[in-house]
Amino acid sequence: MMQEISSKKRELPNTDSNKNEMELSFDAISDNEAFARVAVAAFVSHLNPTLEELSDIKTAVSEAVTNAIIHGYGNIYGYARPDGKRLPEAVIHPGKVKIYCLLEKDLLHIRVSDQGVGMADIEQAMEPLYTSKPELERSGMGFAFMEAFMDELEVESHPGQGTVVHMTKKMGVGDWIDSEE
Amino acid sequence: MEQISTEDFQVIDNCLMIKLPEEVDHHRAGFICENADRLLVRDEVCNVVFDFENTRFMDSSGIGIIMGRYRKIACFGGRVYAIHADRQIQRILMVSGLNKIVEVLV
Repeated sequence: MMQEISSKKRELPNTDSNKNEMELSFDAISDNEAFARVAVAAFVSHLNPTLEELSDIKTAVSEAVTNAIIHGYGNIYGYARPDGKRLPEAVIHPGKVKIYCLLEKDLLHIRVSDQGVGMADIEQAMEPLYTSKPELERSGMGFAFMEAFMDELEVESHPGQGTVVHMTKKMGVGDWIDSEE
Repeated sequence: MEQISTEDFQVIDNCLMIKLPEEVDHHRAGFICENADRLLVRDEVCNVVFDFENTRFMDSSGIGIIMGRYRKIACFGGRVYAIHADRQIQRILMVSGLNKIVEVLV
């Protein structure tokens, strides 16, 4: 399943000047969550996105990357401390999170993938308020936020084979305040 | 970016005031929860006020922080408030349905 997706992507002709691609690979530690969402926001900045669009994209990327770090690789602790020290129990499991972005004119594709533990029941994981780690006091709203803030969301995952989250968003389509009310 | 410190947690009368950092995400959530819970066990504290004045970004980790604190005080009749929340933060609170349990004071 996951191979299919990546080969499909590679078949896309890259001759069109309206296409723009970007790839990132970084360590699965909580320090990189802010880096990831800001990097993707910067990638689309030449489209003059609205504050709302930027906020939507940053939130969705943050959710996907945080999921990969916490659930994919089991790096459950957020490391930020005023003194910069990490808690002794904050064991870091090595792993990389990859982000691939493709901009086709005003259509933004974001693919966040990891090689972590994967999921057996994607439907259950996507249920709002469901969390596999209730002891962490997380809200279980990650996928719900990705769905709410992006136009499309596809998740592929198999136990032991990592997870691929594919999101798309059309840029420059009016103000969310108008459409919501 | 400005770091959050223990000074951002203050007990005023029966309220725990939490001044949230510029970005509320999983990276920073642990420290916020630890410090909030350390003060919440005090007898006099029954309400929690989240101050979003400096906050420009929040994801579902922030929702988890608020939900967790709400669970701890709701059984004693405590309330949760959000102040200085800008448009983006209000939207996050709305999408998550948290505006039903959090009083958003504008």
